[in-house]
Amino acid sequence: MNNSSLRSKSYEIALTVNGESVTLHAYPMARLLDVLRQELGLTGTKEGCGEGECGSCSVLMDGVLVNSCLVPALQADGANIVTIEGLAPDGHLQAIQQSFLDCGAAQCGICTPGMILAALQLLRKKPQPTLDEIREGLAGNLCRCTGYMQIFEAVAEAGRRGKLT
Amino acid sequence: MRAHPSDYELVAPGTLRAVLSLLAEAPREWLPIAGGTDVMVQYSAGQLRTMKLVSIWNLPELRRMEVVGGELQIGAGCTYTDLLAHDLVNQEFPLLSSAARSTGGIANQNRGTIGGNIVNASPAADSLPSLLVYEAELLLVSLWGERRLPYTSFHLAYRKTRLEPDELIRAVCLPMRFSGYYARARKVGARKAQAISKVCLAGLGQIVDGVVEDIRLALGSVAPIPIRLTATEQIVRGKRISPQLVQDARQATVAEVRPIDDIRSTARYRAAVAGNLVAEFLEQLVTDRSKK
Repeated sequence: MNNSSLRSKSYEIALTVNGESVTLHAYPMARLLDVLRQELGLTGTKEGCGEGECGSCSVLMDGVLVNSCLVPALQADGANIVTIEGLAPDGHLQAIQQSFLDCGAAQCGICTPGMILAALQLLRKKPQPTLDEIREGLAGNLCRCTGYMQIFEAVAEAGRRGKLT
Repeated sequence: MRAHPSDYELVAPGTLRAVLSLLAEAPREWLPIAGGTDVMVQYSAGQLRTMKLVSIWNLPELRRMEVVGGELQIGAGCTYTDLLAHDLVNQEFPLLSSAARSTGGIANQNRGTIGGNIVNASPAADSLPSLLVYEAELLLVSLWGERRLPYTSFHLAYRKTRLEPDELIRAVCLPMRFSGYYARARKVGARKAQAISKVCLAGLGQIVDGVVEDIRLALGSVAPIPIRLTATEQIVRGKRISPQLVQDARQATVAEVRPIDDIRSTARYRAAVAGNLVAEFLEQLVTDRSKK
């Protein structure tokens, strides 16, 4: 593969990450996941499978849930990104984070940031989701530890508490 | 071998015309990338056929839906989420909605596009059988102009299509004349969520005066390309649904499919399930109509 003469240039890419404007240099095909973790030190976003199956690298891009392992940096140029670090910037937890704690919805923690962002996207669309809607909203996020029941309960509880932030 | 981003070029010209110009200059050099749900996986595995990519994500010319004449034209860059949010898609083309809902999780539905699904040409793609039964046509565009192709003729062989290297799919055209049909999509996979199909069926049927006036059946994952079950349809069309007809249709389906053994299933299981899905469809079709 590397015998190609092509050497890509890195480009200046401007993003808003968790409310702050950031300019950085990245190869256009660098994965958004690596830009967040390595360039910006935002290691809350996890890499699980690296192929869009597990959802642990989920972030919000322009308000929409995406797998950051499948987003080339250039496609994120100009975008507004929210990672798990952006949810409680002042240490004040959002309702969904608090209900994850209260319901014991996290164990090893690798899936948790993606789960919470997927849950947040769901709750914005459906503030009081049914169990089926929760299952569908989180279908792209895999967990090896909890068996999911506590996670579903945490999302339902956040809906019952009825406050997103 | 894992890919390194410094070996790859990606450009985002921003307009359809600029992308088509690039493709016209050096057609085989550039690989279009939309939401990346397939291309980025191949990229990470070091399996892309080229190291130069051109982004067609979010091109406005490809991301709109409009009714033209009696058909809905869906821009090839529309995501599954776009499809699910569109009333006309849900009302007129429930099989497509159903496929969109069962493809991946929310994050992939937010990025995966209908055009990308067609061009990726996986025989297991859930949306493709629905396009076959709805008699979709594709608008293919290059710098030199546009041509229209029935979707049934698009797939040539396993992952080979009629798309020329300098072309993009601009839109998928669906005639709006199937809303009165009984419609049912069925996906059989290892799990309900986030699993690629072992077999998937899209079916449309209409019974008039107790007789099957029209029937359209298509399957994914049972041949190198998604297929319409024309021989099975012919056996059923114009007849009353009886246990014997269901049995004949099941056998015709098993004879018509060409499945393989692979990591997800076996040829034998797939053929049996394909026959069962067709039998189930016919039984539901007759029950559905008798209720009315």
